[in-house]
Amino acid sequence: MDFVNAIILLLNYIFIPALTYGSQLALGAIFVTLIYGILRFANFATGDMMSFGTMATILFTWYFQSLGVSLGVLPTALLAIPFGIIFMILYMLLIDKFVFKYYRHQKSPPVQFAMVSIGVMFVTQAVVRIIIGPGDRRFFDGEKFIIKAREFKEMTGLNEGLALKSTQVITIFVTIVLVSLLFWFLNRTKTGKSMKAYSDNEDLALLSGIDPKKIVLVTWVIAGILATIGGALYGLDKSFKPFTYFNNMLPIFAAAIVGGIGNPFGAFLGGYVIAFSEILLTYAYKKFFMYVLPESMEPNSLVQLLSTDYKFAVSFSILVIVLIYRPSGIFKGKVL
Amino acid sequence: MRKNLNVIAAYSIMMVLILMVGIFQSWNIALSIFNLCLISAVMTMGANIQWGYAGLINFGIMGYTALGGLAAVLISVDPVQEAWRAGGFDILMSLWLIVVMVLVIRFILKRFEKSKIRTYSIAAIIISGILLIRFSAEPGIEAIEAVDPAKTGFLGGFGLPIIFSWIVGALFAGGLAFIVGKVALGLRADYLAIATLLISEIVIAIIKHEDWLTRGVKNVIGLKRPAPYEVDLQTTDWFIKLVEKFNAGKLSVIENLADRQAALNQLVIEGSSVFVKLCYSGLFLVVVIILLILTQKALYSPWGRMMRAIRDNEEAANAMGKNVVKQHLLIFILGSAIVGIAGAMLVTQDGLFTPGSYRPMRYTFLIWVMVIVGGSGNNFGAILGGFVVWFLWIEAAPISLFLINFFTEGIPETNALKAHLIESVPYFRFLLMGLGLLFIMRYRPKGILPEKIEIK
Repeated sequence: MDFVNAIILLLNYIFIPALTYGSQLALGAIFVTLIYGILRFANFATGDMMSFGTMATILFTWYFQSLGVSLGVLPTALLAIPFGIIFMILYMLLIDKFVFKYYRHQKSPPVQFAMVSIGVMFVTQAVVRIIIGPGDRRFFDGEKFIIKAREFKEMTGLNEGLALKSTQVITIFVTIVLVSLLFWFLNRTKTGKSMKAYSDNEDLALLSGIDPKKIVLVTWVIAGILATIGGALYGLDKSFKPFTYFNNMLPIFAAAIVGGIGNPFGAFLGGYVIAFSEILLTYAYKKFFMYVLPESMEPNSLVQLLSTDYKFAVSFSILVIVLIYRPSGIFKGKVL
Repeated sequence: MRKNLNVIAAYSIMMVLILMVGIFQSWNIALSIFNLCLISAVMTMGANIQWGYAGLINFGIMGYTALGGLAAVLISVDPVQEAWRAGGFDILMSLWLIVVMVLVIRFILKRFEKSKIRTYSIAAIIISGILLIRFSAEPGIEAIEAVDPAKTGFLGGFGLPIIFSWIVGALFAGGLAFIVGKVALGLRADYLAIATLLISEIVIAIIKHEDWLTRGVKNVIGLKRPAPYEVDLQTTDWFIKLVEKFNAGKLSVIENLADRQAALNQLVIEGSSVFVKLCYSGLFLVVVIILLILTQKALYSPWGRMMRAIRDNEEAANAMGKNVVKQHLLIFILGSAIVGIAGAMLVTQDGLFTPGSYRPMRYTFLIWVMVIVGGSGNNFGAILGGFVVWFLWIEAAPISLFLINFFTEGIPETNALKAHLIESVPYFRFLLMGLGLLFIMRYRPKGILPEKIEIK
């Protein structure tokens, strides 16, 4: 019985939260990696673009709520996400037209692109804060839990409860669907394949008649979808605050690079690598050992490898180690 | 003279702008803008010798600034004897363990050929060493943090004058840069940017959470000053006389003796804080001028020529027998050390150390905007960038408030949109910075004062 308790404990405090957080990171990381692979720059505006998409979703959610439209047990935000995506894509295309296009035609070095994306970051941050303000926003409605900890305890008669939030299930489900669709698109359709070719060798792709304008357009569209959904899922699960989104850029970058930048599948896995290592290394295992070990061997301390304050530092250290020993990432990068 | 005309013009405009703030807003605001402009200028000089001279991208400026600030705390605060007694021994033990660990790793690296076993054994030593240090230091850290946590709860510093910390801050930052440079400098430019950004976040995380060393988010306040205190000045005779002399005209108009005394008191209070800020301005100006002379000398020296050669064509410079790796490391350390000085200066001026306030937006990206806008590769440009951008950063809110009011003249105050816009005035500074950066990069990619190298 103790063994089952221990498993439930790990599921509840490590596995499910890490899977959710990892999915959110994975979407952002694929966004970073796509921009890096096809448009060839590290986009420092990632976090803020995600917060822009989330902001649009929140505004539509409020609008629907004021109209009295709702999805019953599901959050209204799910209905608003498609509209948020449209706004996000329009914003990205606008930015591309007025900012990035010029440097693309100049064939500027990646560093210059990165600098320009910092300008975009400042502007986007201002736009988001001016429209919705810097405060904490919760926009979740509908049923909060699928399984409540107490009900689970009563149902199974175990000591440990297992709480399953609906946002966690939605996040994981949406991520799986979205990522499968994306990989199907990249590997099976003609446009997807030409995107891969463009990422692999630009000149050769142009020679074989691939339209660069179309590639760029499709990239931004996919990026907009990923950014909005990733951002909105994070906001639903936790809460929306522009500053947190800016900070999330860092673990997202870590995930993209750990997975091998330019490689969407690597980025997808990288998100989970980062999330799991963050949570595994900062979790206090005392209770777990109390269940597993005999009473005489119970630990006195918290059995925590690192304090939770170092959550971010863990992912960054992983990244630094990967950068030193395997700069192309765990999975070889630059093969979209 | 003629060829420096644009430099002189740009700086004169800047000075006039600051003087205008003094005349129209207040001298206190003008001087605090000016002081922070000077500190920003030191930071941009550091970033400029990395980016402008050598083409190295360093997004970790925040980390070096914070280390400089930490130096100010460790130098100036009096040691907390009780904490040393409670946990000093454990901390020293851990320090000793770290030294042993580093020596052992160095020994292995020197002694054995590169192989998988060597890599794994080094990894094992590091991991077991960290665990060992963590468990051996734990009781000491807890004991230290338990010593009067409301007031101290940390080891304190050396109790020296805070001005020394400017040098120590440079050493700290340079030391960190040495480690970071050894690890990360081989990376491609955009990877280096991300790596330095993340490393600086790690530094901040450590400073924030190692309470025994830095007091963490509990902040250290009331650091000793190199300048006199306002309260002391207000009771000093020579200072009151000075204020009286300066404002003789204004005071003589007031007939009533009691009124005149009250007015004088008011002037003395205002004057004392202006005087303190002027003291800081003087100190900072000395630092800026010394650094400017040194960096200008370096830029035109054979060493500066070599750095530019490396920046413009690494392979060619390498082929000419220049040690690119070593020079990159050197300039990375130098630039970071200068940023460390600025970090210590900042904490000296504020008189408090707040680890929670170090955010990449303010201490990394804003500094980069300064360098790019001012003109990378040109020291006068970088300093000007520091001045212009900091001035706009502070004055953006009043300017945008004025503009909003101007354009929504006819709309009543109760209008929701207008009220919302006025409420979000503080965020227009981000918009201004972003647009400024984008316009400069597009239409004047070399900055306001572009790099201009003449062979003498």
